[in-house]
Amino acid sequence: MNIRHAALLALTLACANAHADDALYEQFGERAGLTKIVDDMYDNVLADPRTAPYFDNAPVKRIKQKLVEQICVLLDGPCVYTGRPMRRTHEGQNIDRAAFNALVEDLQAAMDKNGVPFHAQNKLLAKLAPMYRDVQDRE
Amino acid sequence: MRQIYSKMRLASLAVASLVSFSSSAFADDPPAVPLTGGKLLLTGGVSEVEGAAGGGLTPWAVIGGYGTARQLGANAHGTYIRTQDYALGTWGLTVGVANRVELSLARQSFDTRDAGAKLGLGENFKFNQNIFGVKVRLLGDAVLDQDTWIPQIAAGLQFKHNEQGDIVKAVGAASNSGTDFYLSATKLLLAQSLLLNGTLRFTKANQFGLLGFGGDKSNAYHPEFESSVAYLLTKNVAIGGEYRMKPNNLSFAREQDAYDAFVAWAPNKHVSLTAAYVALGDIATVKNQRGLYVSMQAGF
Repeated sequence: MNIRHAALLALTLACANAHADDALYEQFGERAGLTKIVDDMYDNVLADPRTAPYFDNAPVKRIKQKLVEQICVLLDGPCVYTGRPMRRTHEGQNIDRAAFNALVEDLQAAMDKNGVPFHAQNKLLAKLAPMYRDVQDRE
Repeated sequence: MRQIYSKMRLASLAVASLVSFSSSAFADDPPAVPLTGGKLLLTGGVSEVEGAAGGGLTPWAVIGGYGTARQLGANAHGTYIRTQDYALGTWGLTVGVANRVELSLARQSFDTRDAGAKLGLGENFKFNQNIFGVKVRLLGDAVLDQDTWIPQIAAGLQFKHNEQGDIVKAVGAASNSGTDFYLSATKLLLAQSLLLNGTLRFTKANQFGLLGFGGDKSNAYHPEFESSVAYLLTKNVAIGGEYRMKPNNLSFAREQDAYDAFVAWAPNKHVSLTAAYVALGDIATVKNQRGLYVSMQAGF
């Protein structure tokens, strides 16, 4: 076994280990499912008067790509988040708790539409919720 | 009720004009903040039997209604409990200001039904009690702080006045009014879809105050523990159980702890229905009172 084989084997084992529990990621339909959920979520967000004004002139296509990556990572999927830190992307936008929660509701509706079980939804929301500290400018 | 609702509308319109006035002062207008409804479904709790936001038997650390820090929330509720020998009807109003302060009013009417005659009070004799409550959120966010064990904590008081002063004093109560003080800690474990609440109440109340306050056995404040556990079945439905300790101040009738098992349903942010099976123990010498609890809440 040469060094390349050994490295490949190690990588494979590491990946297998990292993704030993990918049940949650599967409940979201993996990458394709996540892309659909985020598309539907942004349809909701842009139609929601509570959230739409925050996305005037926003690069929605890019935001959706980064959000799919981010959620994929949170679900222990095989992704890397290449976006900027949450505080950087949200600061100065005057986001309050009501707007943050409105976006949560738009995400819940998208997950419902795509058949993500309620308790799996809550596992994702539990990981997203503390981000309110970086996202909101005030309560 | 219609009048109260129109008063609430008037109040929210007044707040609306204030909010729009202040926000117009900024050059770069943020999106208009709705006046209410910013909280997530069911995270304002339901109305507990004394009018505070919480479970059915115990207050939680949440502030009632669906208002966030720049919003108002409010609701009206009606609750009916019927055991083998008694009935309790309660209705009340709860207002949540800026997700910080909760004010509540409740009126309870305890109907002794047939037991009233056996107790020498007369059939269908009623004890009426008014309760004014204040609760202040001290720290934490029960819903969003999912990366720490720190719960949401609130402190509150409930001032209670029983209108049947002569009767409650005749059975041994020291007073017909009293104030309960409590601390509540509430935590949602979202990944487990589980809500936990613990409340420590300092009270002299006999049977919630329906039989007065303090007694011939003790007229001191007693620390009593209360707890709720709720499991979220769906976004709209929670099931759970509660436990509430009560003092035992009167020698003529022992008092026991209360329990319930409940299901709460909130089809939207304006209405919720709660049904429970509740066990209240012996009440005024009549043994082992248990039965159905139903409660409806409407608001914003």
